[in-house]
Amino acid sequence: MYDIKALYEAESISHGISLLKEHPQAQIIAGGSDVLVQMREGKRAGAELISIYGLDELRGVKLEEDGTIRIGSLTSFSHITKDPVIQKYINVLGEAVDMVGGPQIRNIGTIGGNTCNGVTSADSASTLFAWDAVIEVTGPEGVRRLPIHEFYIKAGKVDLRSAELQTGILIPKESYEGYFGHYIKYAMRGAMDIATLGCSVNVKLSEDKRYLKDVRIAYGVAGPIPMRAVHAEAAAKGLEINSDTIEKVGDIVLEDVTPRDSWRASKAFREHIARVLCKRALKQSILLAGGVIHE
Amino acid sequence: MSEKQYKLVKCIINGKAQEAIVDVRASLTDMLRNDYRMTSVKKGCEVGECGACNVIIDGECYNSCIYLAVWADGKEIKTLEGLMGPNGELSDIQQAFIDEAAVQCGFCTPGVIMSAVEILDSGKIYKREELRKLLAGHLCRCTGYQNILNAVEKTMYQRLGKELPDYLESR
Ligand code: FES
Ligand code: FES
Repeated sequence: MYDIKALYEAESISHGISLLKEHPQAQIIAGGSDVLVQMREGKRAGAELISIYGLDELRGVKLEEDGTIRIGSLTSFSHITKDPVIQKYINVLGEAVDMVGGPQIRNIGTIGGNTCNGVTSADSASTLFAWDAVIEVTGPEGVRRLPIHEFYIKAGKVDLRSAELQTGILIPKESYEGYFGHYIKYAMRGAMDIATLGCSVNVKLSEDKRYLKDVRIAYGVAGPIPMRAVHAEAAAKGLEINSDTIEKVGDIVLEDVTPRDSWRASKAFREHIARVLCKRALKQSILLAGGVIHE
Repeated sequence: MSEKQYKLVKCIINGKAQEAIVDVRASLTDMLRNDYRMTSVKKGCEVGECGACNVIIDGECYNSCIYLAVWADGKEIKTLEGLMGPNGELSDIQQAFIDEAAVQCGFCTPGVIMSAVEILDSGKIYKREELRKLLAGHLCRCTGYQNILNAVEKTMYQRLGKELPDYLESR
């Protein structure tokens, strides 16, 4: 038995919003792989829960008419990995969420839950940052869309205002068209582990595939919330592709990352792997985009 | 303390339509064990780490300890009990666990076998490395996993009518 004071089950998005208005203290529960575990630990003991698990309209991936990829917030990690739209356009997202926990966790865990709890280590988050994802929230006043970097306010806190629900994650066409990316999770174990650091990179190459037209580098656990390495990205744009470029870009990320010491790893170690992972992910992204790296 | 809250949960368990009034605070593990006496569903960690409580819901594996019982309404659930033949026979995968000594204390076994069932029912062929990843949501304190992998891999080849690779043959 969980120490739940009351459970309200939303039957539709609008019903969910009115439940949130009626019970402002209540915690939203999606798949439960965070909320129920926290309850077991006593952290949310005695809480009221609003379950949105039954809202099947929030499940699934769709390619909209204008080319936007819409991921329903309740789509499970395993369904994202298996989805043909994801595989075709942003396969790296499917690969990234395939590194969450273990198989059973990937069946219950949702991408909406992963982003709403605001933690920096979320395996989906750095890749969503790297692809300029847009978060869609629905509340009493209607729908609001905001860039993912604005959605994250601080550790554990996201921009969900009163009675709002996250309903979708959108990747606009201009964010993915022509881009190829790679994610690396550094963790102590191959499964059931939280990232010591995660790095997601994607690139768009020039027509002749000799130059980096655009580079996007994002991190999890390199700061209190997921982040982009803006200095390194700016420096990378327009550079000719060769191994010096990769080294250089990877070294500049130190101007961006602000990891801390924790029991999982020291700041110094995280800074080290921030550079190494960036270089490896950049290299892999260039290869996926059809580029050749000259020594 | 507030009033207790209950909900009628109707679902199919191992092919049989069932219904019960369930306390909304119950996990699916609680419901399966207490209301239906499905004691193959073990309570290990109860925080989704070990896989001892793993069951199949609508064709996918879930740790039932972190799944609210009320969510099972309308779902089709399979537990290890459902693998038993009409006269109590073991299924091929259960027999393989015995043959390969993939069972020691047995506490993790029902959960691992249900993951194996999802893997085997897919009808696909997986490499050893892929099987490792597909079974990574289970902790076993006894066997060291090697025999578990052997049992699943052998059953996979047998079901598909394929020859066993050399490293599985010699036992
Ligand atoms: S008891 Fe459910 S995962 Fe351990
Ligand atoms: S056989 Fe004992 S825990 Fe696996």
